[in-house]
Amino acid sequence: MSDKHLSTQFDADLSGISARVLEMGGLVEAQLVQAMHALSTFNSDIAAEVLQKEELVNQMEMVIDRDLSAIIARRQPTARDLRLLIAVSKAIANLERVGDEAARIARTTQRLISAGVSTRLPVGDLAFGANLAIAQLRKALDAFARLDTAHALEVLKQDDQIDQEFDGLLRKLITYMMEDPRTISSSIDLVFVAKAIERVGDHAKNLAEVIIYVVKGTDVRHSSMADVENAVR
Amino acid sequence: MDIRVDLPTSERVKISVRGLNFYYGSFLALKNINLDIPERKVTAFIGPSGCGKSTLLRVFNRMFELYPEQRAEGSISVDGEDILKSKRDVTLIRAKIGMVFQKPTPFPMSIYDNIAFGVRLFETLPRVEMDERVEWALKKAALWGEVKDKLNQNGASLSGGQQQRLCIARGIAIKPEVLLLDEPCSALDPISTGKIEELIHELKADYTVMIVTHNMQQAARCSDYTAYMYLGDLVEFGPTSELFMKPKKKDTEDYITGRFG
Repeated sequence: MSDKHLSTQFDADLSGISARVLEMGGLVEAQLVQAMHALSTFNSDIAAEVLQKEELVNQMEMVIDRDLSAIIARRQPTARDLRLLIAVSKAIANLERVGDEAARIARTTQRLISAGVSTRLPVGDLAFGANLAIAQLRKALDAFARLDTAHALEVLKQDDQIDQEFDGLLRKLITYMMEDPRTISSSIDLVFVAKAIERVGDHAKNLAEVIIYVVKGTDVRHSSMADVENAVR
Repeated sequence: MDIRVDLPTSERVKISVRGLNFYYGSFLALKNINLDIPERKVTAFIGPSGCGKSTLLRVFNRMFELYPEQRAEGSISVDGEDILKSKRDVTLIRAKIGMVFQKPTPFPMSIYDNIAFGVRLFETLPRVEMDERVEWALKKAALWGEVKDKLNQNGASLSGGQQQRLCIARGIAIKPEVLLLDEPCSALDPISTGKIEELIHELKADYTVMIVTHNMQQAARCSDYTAYMYLGDLVEFGPTSELFMKPKKKDTEDYITGRFG
């Protein structure tokens, strides 16, 4: 049995839409990297660029959703094809939120710059957490491209690390605020950034869950790690 | 019923139907049909049994003239010429507007002659060119690979799906501009149906295709434009993705979602 449909157009529609999900993934990943770079270097121009591109991310979500609805209406997909399209819809919703988080980080950067904040704040520690989250996102996107459940499982297992990073950052920021109350306002801003990074990790996790759904047909949301491993085996 | 027939300006109109009424005796089977068929696209006609879709298809190549009690009023302009009023030989019109029926109808002759028969009615070709035309038509119909070593075998020896593709090859061999397909897959299994749907997708590069189907999912898969008919009326006509995503009329939506009766 071939992997191709009798209809070449159907094949083209499906691979086209998967390609566009990855394109959107690449865009939001770049947004995140840029936003963190803007924060680390207190660069308001780069922050402004991120905010400008945010609308593009939103438009991509709407266009892909519109196109996948048309495929469902026209092709009546079943089984793996239907799961893929459901997965695409969920994946782009998660990617759009990642785009929102990047924009949030950019806006926070601009706020910190205009408040004339000191560079003593632990922006470097945030960068470490952000790199973890970005790596998770990248791994999830790669796993989506190849519908690779083994890599998807790794993303799920490594999510705890990001949560732990966030807890650590929170403790550090609380310490800063206690030492010097003048840093409270900007520290709180950085808590929001840390939270945004933690959420990126969650979105990567959601992507990984959806990949397992496509390949194995099992919904592993809200499942224990043992159950997920069983589903992937 | 008065409906808007505007096609997007990017589409060229191949056939223009205006004020078409069709009678079986005193029974009005098609009521004031107004429609523009776009060139080199697939237009599907859907609707419940008895809605007039096959009747409409058969007006396009004047098949109804075979029966004295059937008559058409109004105009059907193909590239600007009204074929209902044309003084030209109707077989020439039928050569330009070919038809494939629901039940495969291979002639009782060899596969080769099935194709050559129609060509010989209109053209005098030397043997070599006829061979080429037969090969070309069979290739276009995605059948050549399966029959090239048995062209002398009777057309009826082929499977149902192959017979239908033979009929399509026969239709294209005389180089029509329009292809009318009347439920071409309803007698076929899913794999043969899939092959013919794929073929339809390729044919539209060269031909204007109209397909009547009682399988609305087929219309959704295959066509660029869809017309929904009910009891002789054209209820809605538009791009297929729009009609199946967000139909303009509630009647259309009720039909395609299975809410009827």
